[in-house]
Amino acid sequence: MKRTLPILVVLAVLLAAIALVNPFFLEPAGFLAFVKRAAPLVILAAGQYFVIVSGEFDLSVGSLVTVEVVVAARLIDGQESATWWVLLLLIAVGLLVGLLNGVVTTALRVPSFITTLGMMLILSGAVFLWTGGAPRGALSEAFRTFGRGNLGPVPWSVLILLAAGAAAILLMRSDFGRRLVATGDNERAAALSGVRVARTRILAFVLSGAAAAITGILLGGFAGVSAQVGQGLEFSAITAVVLGGVALGGGRGSVVAAMAGALTLEALFTLLNLYGISGALEFTVQGVIIIAAVAVGALRLPAWLAKHPPRKQGDTHVA
Amino acid sequence: MTLLGMRGIGKRFLGVRVLSGVDLDTAAGEVHAVVGENGAGKSTLMKILAGVHVPDEGTIEIDGRPVAFGHPLEAQRAGVAIIYQEFNLLPDRSVAENVFLGREPARRGLVDRAAMEAETRRLLDELGETSFGPRDAVRRLSVAQQQVVEIVKALSVDARIIVMDEPTASLAEHEVELLYTLVRRLQRRGLAVLYISHRLREVFDLAQRVTVLKDGARVTTVPTAEVGPDELVRLMVGRELRDYFPPRAAPGEIGEVRLSVRGGGNGRLRGIDLDLRAGEITGLAGLQGSGRTELVKALFGAEPFAEGRMEPRRPRSVRDGVAAGIGLVTEDRKAEGLALRQSVRDNALLVARATAGRQARGDVRALLERVRLSPPDPEQEVRYLSGGNQQKVVLAKWMTVGPAVLLLDEPTRGVDVGAKAAIHDLMRQLARDGTAILMISSELPELIGMSDRVVVMRDGRIAGELPAGSSEEAIMRLAASGEAT
Repeated sequence: MKRTLPILVVLAVLLAAIALVNPFFLEPAGFLAFVKRAAPLVILAAGQYFVIVSGEFDLSVGSLVTVEVVVAARLIDGQESATWWVLLLLIAVGLLVGLLNGVVTTALRVPSFITTLGMMLILSGAVFLWTGGAPRGALSEAFRTFGRGNLGPVPWSVLILLAAGAAAILLMRSDFGRRLVATGDNERAAALSGVRVARTRILAFVLSGAAAAITGILLGGFAGVSAQVGQGLEFSAITAVVLGGVALGGGRGSVVAAMAGALTLEALFTLLNLYGISGALEFTVQGVIIIAAVAVGALRLPAWLAKHPPRKQGDTHVA
Repeated sequence: MTLLGMRGIGKRFLGVRVLSGVDLDTAAGEVHAVVGENGAGKSTLMKILAGVHVPDEGTIEIDGRPVAFGHPLEAQRAGVAIIYQEFNLLPDRSVAENVFLGREPARRGLVDRAAMEAETRRLLDELGETSFGPRDAVRRLSVAQQQVVEIVKALSVDARIIVMDEPTASLAEHEVELLYTLVRRLQRRGLAVLYISHRLREVFDLAQRVTVLKDGARVTTVPTAEVGPDELVRLMVGRELRDYFPPRAAPGEIGEVRLSVRGGGNGRLRGIDLDLRAGEITGLAGLQGSGRTELVKALFGAEPFAEGRMEPRRPRSVRDGVAAGIGLVTEDRKAEGLALRQSVRDNALLVARATAGRQARGDVRALLERVRLSPPDPEQEVRYLSGGNQQKVVLAKWMTVGPAVLLLDEPTRGVDVGAKAAIHDLMRQLARDGTAILMISSELPELIGMSDRVVVMRDGRIAGELPAGSSEEAIMRLAASGEAT
């Protein structure tokens, strides 16, 4: 909780700043609209958190989101009746891509940076090949409801976000969650305590794939079908997680902070937008944030090392 | 003619005195052995000579001129080279590149490869080394050959005093002979060699004089011709057992066999026969590299046996070992024992969460009180704890699953006196509750004080077994030469 506080403070300040410029933001409808817009990224960041806290990266999620949306549009092609089996298929695709990322990273020992970078290119290329550059088909109304519809006054995506967030928090409190963080902190110690570190990491990638699938479903409804829908989302998700104070390299940080990081990032974009600063600057802002956040984390590390010097080679031989 | 004179060297680390008033001198063309038990101060003394540590007291003279080293490079310029047990070589660079690392000869601004290789070749020839050349990649050399590269490196900076820290620790038997030849060549070139070793045979084979250190002070310096091996051992360990240990197991308290191995072997171990009994603490002794750590890792399943029978079963993985009721407290608790940035609770529950069902959870606070963690705060991050408290958390981690067999590799290394006593008490308590315990310790007084019997390893085998209360001399003799008394 101690480590979650800073990002919550930053978030509160940004929300207050938005409210100052745009009083509508304080009304339930205004605030819910903001959360609705943020929901896909927050869910994606929660998925990315599992991977990062275990000491890995998942760069494939942006492409995966695009794949989900493009595949959904083509398979549904406007037929309402196709909605449900396509939804199941989309989740399965997300799980499968996560599984592949995890197995390649752990069993073949390919660094996840490379595994998921490769997966990102493979998926982008596949989408391009399959669509010929322009996505075909259309989503059904039922499908689009998740991204833009309401249940009473509350958007569906906000409800899905709440459910996903609660699941993520519970998961991190479970034995699996504690094993995951321990693996990210000290893989060797975890393995020698009986943790199946490979299986644990694979599950983290699978969760990230599932989060990307859900994000794709929400974004398809919210933003519509395009071959660029997931572009750059992997970096937004990583930026959000790092902004939440989660250490790259694993072992440190909470999923609540990661999700708060995503909300903060979205709030920042909203604010920039309100001040009329070009949306094109979003990438630049993310770049600055990710470097700054990691630098702050790195500054703490040398101080830690100074306090905990590596064990001296003892002259212990007889016995 | 005295080449090096160290006078009254004293050093403290964090207020703890590790060296006081140590004198050491050596002459050109002398091999001077430095011996002593663990923690006697050998390494610290050598690191002071090499400029790694700055002494708090005392003076160093080379050729009668006082010197003061604030940095290893200054020691190097004064002609001191140190060859550590862990070599400082770049595995993917060539021999010549390693020898000239950081001071490559240049010609018109480019590295003069030819000159570098020619000079390396000349030094190799001088040492009579023909089995490899300047262009070979270091990765492809044997440990013994890499040692030669280190020596060539020392010669190429015109070292006159070479410190060798346990040079034979990682060498095979036949390579030791080659090292002897090499050391004698250095000696004939007029270098002084300070030779740190615990292997008494080497001391008597090579050195003209030997300095014995004990508890940070010099006991004596004598010509090797005037002292025998038994006398030397007595000088090294001769002291009272001043530590207090909990009483040993009474004969009735030692119960059934909890773990048994017959003919256990793998890459590092051969023909291991061992029984561990409920209620008994078995001490495991052996020189570094004798296979102690490898044995406990094999028993646990982390580096499994490839052959042999084991009851109740031969674990093939860590989880297999844990399922068979075996726990391992590793030698290096920071690298292998703890997730340092997690809480005490998360560390204490790690084994249970990884391997047992929900029922094996128990009351964490009560457990922390039982291992006498002070304060018993489950939310504290482990990295902020003292070494002793960290080790108690590691013990708690295993106690959650109540192992039948607990393997402890150096359980009190780097632990303060109070925590040490607490860990000793806890070990005895666990034994009394029916756990079979195997303990490795490089501290002989501890090993003798705690063990109901001592098993001694040598070269990957069990060299023999000694009863409770055996002397340090008896253990060392068995460990060093395989001879029982």
